[in-house]
Amino acid sequence: MKTDARTVCELRDVTYVYPSGASGRAALSGVSLEVREGEWLALLGSNGSGKSTLARHLNALLIPTQGDCIVYGMSTRDPANVFAVRSAVSMVFQNPENQIVGTVVDEDAAFGPENQGLPPAEIESRVERALEAAGLLAKRAKPTYTLSGGEKQRLAVAGALAMDAPCLVLDEPTAMLDPRGRADLLAIMRALHDGGKTIVHITHRLEEILWCDRAVVLAGGRIEWEGGVEPLLRQDGALRKWGLDAPPLVALWRELGEETGLALPRIPTLEGMIDALCPLQ
Amino acid sequence: MKFLNNLTFGQYVPADSPVHSLDPRCKILAVPVVLTGIFMAGHVAAFAAWAGLLAALAWYSRLPFRLVLNSAKPVLILVAFTALIHIFFTDGTPILKLGFVTITREGVAAAAQMGLRLLLLVLFASFLTLTTKPMELSDGLERLFSPLVRFGFPAHELAMMMTIALRFIPTLLTETDRIMKAQLARGASFDRGSLWKRLKAFIPVLIPLFVIVFQRAEELATAMEARCYRGGEGRTRMRPLRWSGRDTAALAATVAVVVALAAGERSLLP
Repeated sequence: MKTDARTVCELRDVTYVYPSGASGRAALSGVSLEVREGEWLALLGSNGSGKSTLARHLNALLIPTQGDCIVYGMSTRDPANVFAVRSAVSMVFQNPENQIVGTVVDEDAAFGPENQGLPPAEIESRVERALEAAGLLAKRAKPTYTLSGGEKQRLAVAGALAMDAPCLVLDEPTAMLDPRGRADLLAIMRALHDGGKTIVHITHRLEEILWCDRAVVLAGGRIEWEGGVEPLLRQDGALRKWGLDAPPLVALWRELGEETGLALPRIPTLEGMIDALCPLQ
Repeated sequence: MKFLNNLTFGQYVPADSPVHSLDPRCKILAVPVVLTGIFMAGHVAAFAAWAGLLAALAWYSRLPFRLVLNSAKPVLILVAFTALIHIFFTDGTPILKLGFVTITREGVAAAAQMGLRLLLLVLFASFLTLTTKPMELSDGLERLFSPLVRFGFPAHELAMMMTIALRFIPTLLTETDRIMKAQLARGASFDRGSLWKRLKAFIPVLIPLFVIVFQRAEELATAMEARCYRGGEGRTRMRPLRWSGRDTAALAATVAVVVALAAGERSLLP
C-alpha cells in the first residue's frame, strides 16, 4: 500500500440516524475514515454494527445526518454530485437475487452503463470486459434465472464493473454463497485488486480479509479499531468482544506463534501455513 | 418435487428466422392489423385461408406447429364457453329440441364462427411472444408509446415495470414453491378438501409471499439507484432498436394480406 496514495472516499465525523428508527439511536456516530486509492479495505463488524450503513454513504445512497462524506472531492450532500459519485463508486449487495434487473445475463450487465447514457458500442465493449472479468462471458446469452447463486453474485459484480468505477464497495457479497461461490468471488476480488481497483469489502468473516491491505472494525456505530490485518488477527479477546470469531486456521496460527515461536507466515493463509508447517515432519 | 414447474410465461422460443429478427415494433403493430382481419372473416373459406396463413407463419418462423397450437391451451375453456353460449342462446331455425333448450342452425353457425375466431386470434397473437424476447418487447412498447410522453404518459416506466415483472416471475415461483413446501412440512394440505378449503389453504402462502415481494422490491430499488438509474431520461441502450426496410415491407405485406382477404370475401363469396 502506498502511503502517498490519493484519497478515494473520506468520511468526516459522520453521524447517521435512520429517519424511521423508533429508537432514535444513531447507526453511525462520529465516524471518520479514509479510503485510499488502490487499497483493499476490509470493513468488519457484527450484525447491527453499522457497516452496511457506512457502505451506503460511500455511494450516496445515504446522506450523513451530521458530518460529510467526500468522494473524489465531491460532497455526497450536493444532489448535483450524486450521479458522478455513483459512477465513481459502484456497489454490490448481499443478496444477488435482489440486484439483478435484466432477464438475460448481458442485458443485466448493461443496465449500469445504459443508465450512464453511453453509446451502444461502448456499452457492448464494457459489458464484454466485465463479464470476462467475472468469468461469465460464456453465459452472456443465458436467462438470469438459470444462474446459480454464485454466478448471480458474479453477475452483480460484472454489473458494477461495467460502470467502470475506480472504486468497488461490496456489502457482504459472500454471505449467501456456498463455499465454492465464495472462493470464486474472492479470487475475482483479488484479481481486481491486482488490477488497481480500490475495494471496500464488508464482511464479518475473518478468513476473507487475509489478502486485504487494511482493516477497520465497527461496533455500535463507532470505529473501534483501524490498522493492518496481521495485528487485528492477533487481538483474540477484542475480536470476540466485537463479535468476530477467528477461524480455526487463524486461531492455530496465533496460538502456535505465541507458544512455540515457530517461523510462521505474516498472514495465516492456508498455503502459507502449509509451507511453514509441512517441513517440520 | 416442484409444484409450479409447468407454468410457462413469456414463452419466447429462440430460433433463427426472418420473423424473429424483425423489429419488435413491426410485430407489435402487425398484431392489431391481423386481429382486425380475423374479426372481419365470416365465411368458412376465409377461416380456412387464415388457418393456412397460420401454418405458413409457423413454418416461416421456424417454430414447430404443435408448439404454436399449445399456446392456445390456456384459452380453450374460454373458447368452449363462448361456443356453448352461442349454441344455446341464438334464435333461428330449430334443428334439435332438448326439453327447454333449443339448438338452432344459426346457433351452431355462430358458435363455430366465434370459436374459430377466438382461437385464431389467440394463435396469431401468440406469435408476438413466441418470436420476440421479453426485453425487445418492452423496448418496442416503450419506443412506440414514446410520442405520448409529452402528454405525461409513463412509457419508460411501464416498459421498465414489464421487464422487472418478467424478470421476477421465475424468482417468485421458486419462492412460492419454497413457502408451500415449508407449510406442507408442517402439515398443511393444498390438494385436499373442497375448492373453498383449498383456496383458504392458499392464504397462508400468499401473505409471506407478499411480504417477500415488498422486501425484494425495496432492495431492488436500492440496487437500481446504486447503478445510476434515474428513470428513462438520458438512458441509452446497448442494442438500440433499428427499423429497417424489411420491417416496413413486412408490415405493408401484413396490411395487404388483411385487406385482400377482407375484400375477397366481400366480393367473391355470397
